[in-house]
Amino acid sequence: MFGLLASILDGVLIGAVYGLAAMGITLIWGVMDVVNLTHGAMIVAGMFGTYLLASAAGVPVYATLPLILIGGFFAGVVLYWTAVHRVIGQPPLMSLLSTFAVNLVLVGVGTAVWGTDLFNVPASLPGFSLGRYTFPGTHIMAAVLTAAIAAALYLFLYRTRTGKAVRAVSGNREAAELVGIPTARVLALSFGLGTTLACVAGMLIATMFPFTVLSGDAYQLKSFVVTVLGGLGNPTGALVAGIALGLLEGVTTPFVPVSWTLVIEFVLFVVVLIALPGGLMRLWQRR
Amino acid sequence: MNKLWFIAALGAFAAAPAFAANTITIGMTVSKTGPLNVDSVSQLRGAELWRDEVNAKGGIKVGAKRYTVRFVEYDDQSQGGRVQQLYTRLILEDHSQFLLSPYSSGLTATAAVISEQYGKIMMDGGGAEGKIFKLGNKYLFQVLSAADQYLSGPIAELKEHDPHAKVAFVYSDDPFSKAVVTAARKQAEEAGFTVALDESYPPSTTDFTAVINKVISSGADAFLGGGHYPDGATLARQLHDQKADLKWVTILVAPDSEKFKTLGAAADGITVPSQWEPQVKYTPDFGPTVAQFTKMFDAKFKSDPDYHAATGYAEGLLLQHALEEAGSIDRDKVAQKLNAMDVTTFFGRDRFATGAPDHGLQLAHDMVLAQWQRKGGELVKEMVWPDAAATAKVIYPIH
Repeated sequence: MFGLLASILDGVLIGAVYGLAAMGITLIWGVMDVVNLTHGAMIVAGMFGTYLLASAAGVPVYATLPLILIGGFFAGVVLYWTAVHRVIGQPPLMSLLSTFAVNLVLVGVGTAVWGTDLFNVPASLPGFSLGRYTFPGTHIMAAVLTAAIAAALYLFLYRTRTGKAVRAVSGNREAAELVGIPTARVLALSFGLGTTLACVAGMLIATMFPFTVLSGDAYQLKSFVVTVLGGLGNPTGALVAGIALGLLEGVTTPFVPVSWTLVIEFVLFVVVLIALPGGLMRLWQRR
Repeated sequence: MNKLWFIAALGAFAAAPAFAANTITIGMTVSKTGPLNVDSVSQLRGAELWRDEVNAKGGIKVGAKRYTVRFVEYDDQSQGGRVQQLYTRLILEDHSQFLLSPYSSGLTATAAVISEQYGKIMMDGGGAEGKIFKLGNKYLFQVLSAADQYLSGPIAELKEHDPHAKVAFVYSDDPFSKAVVTAARKQAEEAGFTVALDESYPPSTTDFTAVINKVISSGADAFLGGGHYPDGATLARQLHDQKADLKWVTILVAPDSEKFKTLGAAADGITVPSQWEPQVKYTPDFGPTVAQFTKMFDAKFKSDPDYHAATGYAEGLLLQHALEEAGSIDRDKVAQKLNAMDVTTFFGRDRFATGAPDHGLQLAHDMVLAQWQRKGGELVKEMVWPDAAATAKVIYPIH
């Protein structure tokens, strides 16, 4: 049953990248209660950044990662101060609308500049084969880099002072202010982290699939599903849920017509929400 | 001084209606934003090229008068809801006398409801699905070949090389692709092929890994399917990345674009059914020759025309011919001439169905099959079918 094994393994690989994308949303949501609807646009920004650096400037594809990381962070901080800072603490609808508006602007500008042409980043690495099935090297590399970044994020949040500050602000902003944490700066930092995760996810996706200016929407939707499945504000949960979703897609596709995969995904999503409103990670925490 | 201005104003007033009376207003929506943007803008460019050529020669000669062509166009954002609102507006507020369809079968079906409701002639250059014409219409005319033709060329070509091929149909769940595969399924079975896999995917699918593993598991030799632009290109790339190594791959729409060759090795050998290619050899009864059209388009837009652009130009050209033949802009006289039309232009032969069950369906236009081949290290799109029109021999198997 190599076909099934191949699908499962590949599902896990791609699922890891979904998880990375979702980590961006869950971090922002958890720390500042903001639903970041520019997430899709930031994923696309990562894709285009990679394309421009790799194809136009000739940078080797995987060497663009640090540049995307830095660029994404700065973009996030700028975005925070322009669109998000004023609506923190306001009703959630305001931040939703604010980020939605920015998303429209970004996608609109992108469409004006690039149309909805398809772009492709020519990345290829030797993969390995299992019988007739091949695991492209790019998928494996994407999963490895995701694991590395997730580990780095964990170390940052749990082993550094700044990370502690982020967790403090996420727990109780007023109390954090009272003990002298510069919350506005921490929020900007967290937002920057969230968008950089989205940009890096975009970069990894660009190494695997062709993309257009509009590609962000589909990944944003998946990110939200994964975020809720993993538990709001829980980056580890997001990664686990992403892998679980990828696994689910891999397991169901060989057995049912492809058009049913989404249906099954969302039915299970609803079931999990009813049984475990706090997300899949609640199962882990109950142990 | 005041008198002078007054006379000038009167003069402008008098001239204006006279100017308006010698203009034909053609309305349409274009997907300037949204996923259908690339192909829709291509279709618009073809139509605009026609309009500019006609106006440069003084306009369309209808009877004793010459009419300048004026376009009114709006952005439908690739959405059916907008198409509905905007075609109503084009007819009622902009007073369009004739209409051109949007791009894609889904949007054309919506526009056709409005155009028929108000009894306006609409030239369909973007909707290949045959079902649009089964709903009963009087003024809809399909310029391009219907969807059920798309895969008959690939199937015929495949049969010559492997009469017992195992084929996999993997296609987008949208009206156009479903119509293409419904017909192709029958044609494949008649040809003696085994259908090893037959599945549709949601149009928003971005990752085909599991689907392609399914294709590999099914033992298929040939892949036929796809949908529109983004999914087609992704399929091509992933088939290559996962080393599916099929003997024959036909993907709809996407490989026709020049940008497809940026996929590099993934584009090698891929075939695409096309409404028209710059290498076709039709001798036109009127209008530009194939070479002239290609040259005009190149000069204006600095790139080779694809078949959407050719269809856009053909829409205008056929309408113009009908107007000239009718000698009047009266809708029923023009429709009569369109119904009687059986002509060849640079785009190919066009004849519309006139009977009740499928009025307006295109009966005579032939499709061609193009294949990406490596010539001297470069990827080039060659025409490989039908044999009479081929510019290169088909490559089979491609792996």
